[in-house]
Amino acid sequence: MAKSALLKSSLAKKYWMALTGLFLCLFLAGHLAGNLQLIFSDALHFNQYALFMTTNPAVKLLSYLTYISILFHAIDGIMLTVQNRAARPIGYAKNNAAANSAWASRNMAVLGTLILVFIVTHMVNFWAVMHFDEKMPLQTISIDMQGQKQDFYLTTDGGYIPVGQVNDNGLVIKNRTEFFDGMANIKVKEGYKDLHKITVAFFQDPQTGLIATILYVLAMAVLSFHLLHGFASAFQTMGVNNPTYSPIIKGFGKGFAIIVPLLFAIIPIYIHFFLKA
Amino acid sequence: MKLTLKIWRQKNAQDKGAIVDYPIDGIEPDMSFLEMLDVLNEQLINKGEEPVAFDHDCREGICGMCSLYINGEAHGPDRGVTTCQLHMRMFKDGDTIFIEPFRAKAFPVIKDLVVDRSSFDRIQHAGGFISVNTSGNTIDANTIPVNKADADKSFDAATCIGCGACVATCKNSSAMLFVSAKVSQYALLPQGQVEAADRVMNMVHQMDLEGFGNCTNTGACEIECPKGISLENIARMNREYLSASLKG
Amino acid sequence: MSLDSKIPQGPIADKWTDYKDHINLVNPANKRNLDIIVVGTGLAGGSAAATLAELGYNVKAFCFQDSPRRAHSIAAQGGINAAKNYKGDGDSVYRLFYDTVKGGDYRAREANVYRLAEVSANIIDQCVAQGVPLAREYGGLLDNRSFGGTLVSRTFYAQGQTGQQLLLGAYSAMNRQIGRGKIKMYNRHEMLDLVIVNGKARGIIARNLITGEIERHSAHAVVIGSGGYGNVFFLSTNAMGSNATAAWKIHKKGAFFANPCYTQIHPTCIPVSGDHQSKLTLMSESLRNDGRIWVPAKLEDAQAIREGKKKAIDLAEADRDYFLERRYPAFGNLVPRDVASRAAKERCDAGFGVNKTGEAVYLDFAAAIQRYGKEQAHIKGLDENDSALVTKLGTDVVRSKYGNLFQMYYKIVDEDPYTTPMMIYPAVHYTMGGTWVDYNLMTTIPGCFSIGESNFSDHGANRLGASALMQGLADGYFVLPYTIGDYLAPDIKMGPIPTNTPEFDEAENNVRSLIDKFMNNNGNHSVDHFHKKLGKIMWNKVGMARNEKGLTEAMEEIAALREEFYRDVKVPGTDKGFNQELEKAIRVADFLELGELFAKDALHRNESCGGHFREEYQTEEGEALRDDENFAYVAAWEYKGKPSDAVLHKEPLNYENIKLVQRSYK
Repeated sequence: MAKSALLKSSLAKKYWMALTGLFLCLFLAGHLAGNLQLIFSDALHFNQYALFMTTNPAVKLLSYLTYISILFHAIDGIMLTVQNRAARPIGYAKNNAAANSAWASRNMAVLGTLILVFIVTHMVNFWAVMHFDEKMPLQTISIDMQGQKQDFYLTTDGGYIPVGQVNDNGLVIKNRTEFFDGMANIKVKEGYKDLHKITVAFFQDPQTGLIATILYVLAMAVLSFHLLHGFASAFQTMGVNNPTYSPIIKGFGKGFAIIVPLLFAIIPIYIHFFLKA
Repeated sequence: MKLTLKIWRQKNAQDKGAIVDYPIDGIEPDMSFLEMLDVLNEQLINKGEEPVAFDHDCREGICGMCSLYINGEAHGPDRGVTTCQLHMRMFKDGDTIFIEPFRAKAFPVIKDLVVDRSSFDRIQHAGGFISVNTSGNTIDANTIPVNKADADKSFDAATCIGCGACVATCKNSSAMLFVSAKVSQYALLPQGQVEAADRVMNMVHQMDLEGFGNCTNTGACEIECPKGISLENIARMNREYLSASLKG
Repeated sequence: MSLDSKIPQGPIADKWTDYKDHINLVNPANKRNLDIIVVGTGLAGGSAAATLAELGYNVKAFCFQDSPRRAHSIAAQGGINAAKNYKGDGDSVYRLFYDTVKGGDYRAREANVYRLAEVSANIIDQCVAQGVPLAREYGGLLDNRSFGGTLVSRTFYAQGQTGQQLLLGAYSAMNRQIGRGKIKMYNRHEMLDLVIVNGKARGIIARNLITGEIERHSAHAVVIGSGGYGNVFFLSTNAMGSNATAAWKIHKKGAFFANPCYTQIHPTCIPVSGDHQSKLTLMSESLRNDGRIWVPAKLEDAQAIREGKKKAIDLAEADRDYFLERRYPAFGNLVPRDVASRAAKERCDAGFGVNKTGEAVYLDFAAAIQRYGKEQAHIKGLDENDSALVTKLGTDVVRSKYGNLFQMYYKIVDEDPYTTPMMIYPAVHYTMGGTWVDYNLMTTIPGCFSIGESNFSDHGANRLGASALMQGLADGYFVLPYTIGDYLAPDIKMGPIPTNTPEFDEAENNVRSLIDKFMNNNGNHSVDHFHKKLGKIMWNKVGMARNEKGLTEAMEEIAALREEFYRDVKVPGTDKGFNQELEKAIRVADFLELGELFAKDALHRNESCGGHFREEYQTEEGEALRDDENFAYVAAWEYKGKPSDAVLHKEPLNYENIKLVQRSYK
């Protein structure tokens, strides 16, 4: 029985929930660090970061792990919820659950579903654009040359390619980011996808940007509640509960659950209301 | 005191059941909740109606027989007490009180407020023991010293009365607090080590078979538990199970 | 028929060993051909069922609760005695034996008590091996406390829940055997009759309390471990379901009932608060170590308190009567249970009671709080004259010792016992009497055994604290498993007992007709109505102090009440399903017979001893006056149709190892 136990038993399902959940917390921290460059850094660094995140093999591995974790966390969560519902076929006429438990802890499935919906929209809005959109712009920079403004593509080796050179002068963009010598068909340079521009545009639009900002802030509130219970709960599930460590874990979990979503939420607010176009 | 009772009535396991209203008067604050129900039943019998069936026995909070979900809480609004220790002074004149059976698939209703908790027994049959025969030749009780802190924790876990309030309260009808209390009692004692891995695997297996839900760490069980069994026990069982599973 | 107690010959210290060396054994292969029924799953029944199954017998265990773990042994608080001498304070098997016989006011059977003391040490070993978390010292070894009436520390305990922990130990041993299929467990079943085939107990009739089905169960032997009959008083510290039905049914089938009048009234219970009261709650005897018991010295003060015009704390020291300290200067508040109970009753009867009903005395911790507070202040180098500080420190000490009991009291009475004295009153707690058994624990019906509180046992006329748990487990774990083998040895080739025989037919028909009678009675009053009436008669006339006139009246009143009960009881619902009123009716019917025999036994015993106090037989100071000349015997009653017609058989008690003396606590 021991072999199947790690997959099938109620406790095993919980271990997987806890492990994937904690891993996703790590992911959140990393993601946040990157996003904060939208506020604290310039477009180039942000786009460099985005490039790194989409191409580095180690990061790729981690990202697959993240996708799997999200899927596993969601599917496992659904299975647990279905079982939990089945465990009480007839409910109470009167139930005073608020007397003995926190609201978030009782609504993890709902919160999780909302987060899943958010993740899907979020990925459609940014991740899919970044990965697949043929019209994804490359980062350019305007340089004032003796009173005359000229636009350049920034390239990954730190060089500049005048925008006008492309197509006119035998340079072709292939595979969305690669500059090819049109004649020799040799890749000469590589540009940056301008995720920064996309993001800023997404949130700055006076109408849709406002709605997006509000929805993003709400989604972060949902995430916060999910983490408020989830973080410490994962440790309890993994068997970590003793008078010395538990208060620290609980305190850290609370801080994490409030600060991380808060910082995430500040970014669209900053872009919409404070960032100069 | 004058009260309106909304009580779950169900003739037998097959019957559908429904909440029935019973106005009652002349309740004294010094009565226990079950004595209040005694008064109601006496009135029902005198009127020629069937009294409300409810489980109870010792009426001093130790046998674990009494149950009842009172106004949305297992064993009612007071803390650290069973229903039999709940007193009517916790309520106000004119109150409406919902009285329902403990609800869980693994606790089917037998009649009215009486439920079948034999699933708890079956979990214990699966491993809630130390395999030692009564021979009269066991080693002297003081041969193995036991750290006092461990012995005290083991005792705290062992004070579980098996009433099922944890299951009734848990939004998932999970039996983790109950099972972990028993697992912990033995896991904390040297005598329990020999079979520790098998015990936790077998008891959890049986718990799953009985159709209890999964623990989501809401902590409601610990709060409603009349004996204050700690969530630390659940964490301990999680550890025990993990290490037992990894051993293979 | 003469009673043969089958006590083995030889010196008392060798009897049990010699006995075990010479009994017939059943070999392991044959044990699996033998069935044993065990009724009741408390400490005695549970431990017996587990041990018999371990040995290889097929056990069928029955309990009326929804799980064997709920038997009322679970409520025992204080502890369990064992002659381990871990403290090196001179304890020994002999001392435990001696204390138990003396505590029982010299009305117990010497050989049984000695055996009990002998196996007591094994119980602790067994329980620890089973994982029972008994209290320990910082060094990791088992802790002991001392209990009333002894000079040594021999009581093992698990906070205030010793009974619970020991029962859960026995229950875990049962679980192991249920899991192996060696015990077949019948929860929510009630035994309603014994089946005798060719003069031997061969089965029972039981009712499935969920479906209402009447079932036949056969076995080669039947063991009754169904506890005591304290609920004959309606109000007692027993559980609501505790009943005498199994014990009484075997009595009606030929098992003699011994010493029914020996009842223990425990002094420290929470008083009755009104007519609605359904049960009484015990507060551990350990409270008397620190609490001082008193009533107002003046009648007008007592009256003012009853009317709510005065409070206990309003009374000056001089206006208080610490009656136990006054009457028994040597033992003070620590006199044995029977003595303390009677003294409280005497004061209340004289009009000094302190609650609404006039039936309560104070148990005051103020002095202890001050004493401990001063001690703590001294240890910590604080001001011993700062009364607020001293009270706080003292309260902390008292809380650490009795916190859970004070909390329990507060929940029930809604008064803070740290600032106001507790109110207590005696309540029925334990019955020393029960089915008569010989040294083998067999009743006068061959093949029908009785263990634990349900037999007349080892406690004589009064039980010492922490010895009930000891007896239950001794019988179940260590005595019955030997003696029953000796009885069963000739039956190994019998094969299963058929249940389709005329004997089973007859027993089942009797049960069915009784149930039909109740279901079709169409009376006017609930079962509780009659049970409460019976309780009042018992408490007022067969309670703590008895006299010839009251007992005679009680017998007549109970007989009349019994007739009224059968004529006028109303049992609603159906017998074809779960019906708690029907369950109660069957139990109360038996109490209504037992109560009368109880009074008859009390009436015939023209002496006072232990829990049996006859007002006519007391010393000049109002103490119990034993009559060893005429009453040093076990009164075993044979059923003859009506309780009043029961025939007395005497088993003389021969004291060869202990000299009979007057108990004195002055």
